[in-house]
Amino acid sequence: MKLKNLKIKSYLNYILIAAATVFFLVLSLTGNLKTSTAYLLEEMAIKIMLAVSLSLVVGFLGELSLGHAGFMCVGAYLGGKVAAMLVGPLGNSFLTLVIALVVGGICAGVCGFLIGLPALRLRGDYLAITTLAFGEIVRTIFQNTSAETFGGPIGLPTPRFNDKYFYVICFILVLVTLFVIQNLIRSKHGRAIKAIRDNEIAARATGINVTRYKLLGFIMSAVFAGLAGVLYSYTKFNVSSQIFDYNYSIEILVIVVLGGMGSINGSIISAIAITFLNRELANVLTGDLAILKDLVYALILIVIVIYKNAPALKGFREKYNFKALTAKLTKKKAAAASAEKEEG
Amino acid sequence: MEFLTTFVNGLSLGGIYAMIALGYTMVYGIAKMLNFAHGDIIMVGGYTISLFLGANPIVAILASMIFCMLLGVVVEKVAYKPLRGASPLAVLITAIGVSYLLQSIAQMLFGSAPKFIVIADLGILKIGELAIGYSTIITLACSVVVMVALSLFVKFSKTGRAMVAVSEDKGAAQLMGINVNRIIMITFAIGSALAALASVFFLLKAPTMSPTFGSLPGIKAFTAAVIGGIGSIPGAMIGGLLLGVIECFAQAVPAISPYTDAIEFSILIILLLVKPSGLLGKMRREKV
Repeated sequence: MKLKNLKIKSYLNYILIAAATVFFLVLSLTGNLKTSTAYLLEEMAIKIMLAVSLSLVVGFLGELSLGHAGFMCVGAYLGGKVAAMLVGPLGNSFLTLVIALVVGGICAGVCGFLIGLPALRLRGDYLAITTLAFGEIVRTIFQNTSAETFGGPIGLPTPRFNDKYFYVICFILVLVTLFVIQNLIRSKHGRAIKAIRDNEIAARATGINVTRYKLLGFIMSAVFAGLAGVLYSYTKFNVSSQIFDYNYSIEILVIVVLGGMGSINGSIISAIAITFLNRELANVLTGDLAILKDLVYALILIVIVIYKNAPALKGFREKYNFKALTAKLTKKKAAAASAEKEEG
Repeated sequence: MEFLTTFVNGLSLGGIYAMIALGYTMVYGIAKMLNFAHGDIIMVGGYTISLFLGANPIVAILASMIFCMLLGVVVEKVAYKPLRGASPLAVLITAIGVSYLLQSIAQMLFGSAPKFIVIADLGILKIGELAIGYSTIITLACSVVVMVALSLFVKFSKTGRAMVAVSEDKGAAQLMGINVNRIIMITFAIGSALAALASVFFLLKAPTMSPTFGSLPGIKAFTAAVIGGIGSIPGAMIGGLLLGVIECFAQAVPAISPYTDAIEFSILIILLLVKPSGLLGKMRREKV
């Protein structure tokens, strides 16, 4: 009974995401889905992929990466370029998309391998600045390409998948990402990765091949960021290197940290919430109030992080959190039930 | 001749980077945190100067330094102090939040368009074929003075030695009767004042300021601090000067000038591959 329960629980996120996709698909088939909502869904799917893949490195491998946008940039540019070249002979078809995804994913994965190499030698903050440097290097290189190759400062024109159901494809890829990364984490390899996070020396002493698993973590994370990049290039008419600066990497890192380190579901929820919040704040605060959006975002960020992490607030957190409250309620119910039983 | 001009310009730019890098490296050494909002203090300093420019420029600069000192201390007290002892990543994210906050406040107060802030027009010094701006010379001189003064302060004053002690072992320093909270506060104050001073020299070089101005110099100075070995004060100076010279030489060659940032960051990565803790950083081997 308990085992069965656990199984449903561990697949709940796939089921919920698939159900939500089907729900929106039905909405759009009956013509009730606004185009802006479809765009928002595409954006959410891309953010989820980025957050889940970064979570593998930051939350499970325990290495701080500030260059996730760099991998996405590689995927967006190379995948987008391949797509733009193939649109002629193959048309803007599903096959083109698949080839673009494969190319973008592999190229990003190679970059993940390259950035994983210094990660073997560097610790903590040194690695953080290296990943940041990597992201900026990639961006600068693409920004200075010629107009014929990658568009340079104007940006690379990419085919937009002219289909209002593109978000369905995005969500299918989200499911693929979840499937691969979640299964990786739950497998023997995932336990090795977590062991490295908890204590690298102890992990090495128990015979875990630290080199191999660190590289594996970086490559997997980069591949899915690259795939997200290809999807991004498909949602836009033009890919510009400007958006892939380190602020974008930080945005993804913020999503992962707010979602809770080492929690895939937390990353998903916070990616959805933050994308939604960003969009809503942008809709509500127009004109002169638009500046308030960043202010509110910054304040929320600071308050949440301090509230969740301050050692001084530990007692308060333990007293008033969701788990404790639900536990109290169930206890009360149980007590009432047992009292009833005794009376009867 | 052109070589010499570029070299002097590079040293002067490097001096500015070194000043900012000192703030990074001291805060890192003592509070063990990456203060991502440090770059934005430069921006705040620049705007504060513009508010006081009606008076004497020197007064404006001093006012800006004092304001940034207070700001640094307040930020430390409100945003970072509650998180002392929490995970480093949480502190990092808070610092990022503070950075966003400062940028958006500046945007509200001064608008997002770049603003012209002319402190003084100093002219150009000509010796034969050599032409160097007076601002460059002043920048270089000031940065040397600041670096020497800071080195002496850290080495000989009681507070400075307390700083070194805290950065080496916080617990032991506390047991020796050092008020760690006070030392951290002083570190933030000094770092922020140096950032404000750096903004003066940036404005002398190019008199514009925008809310996101601080990001890139902040990252560059952070790179400089890491090249020198983060936590090491002479390291930050060497790293800053090195980075400034490299930047100016890369910009002087037309073929590679668009890739200046990429070159600087590549040098960082290559250097870290050879020396994983920077030029002067201490390698701490983990023991079981």
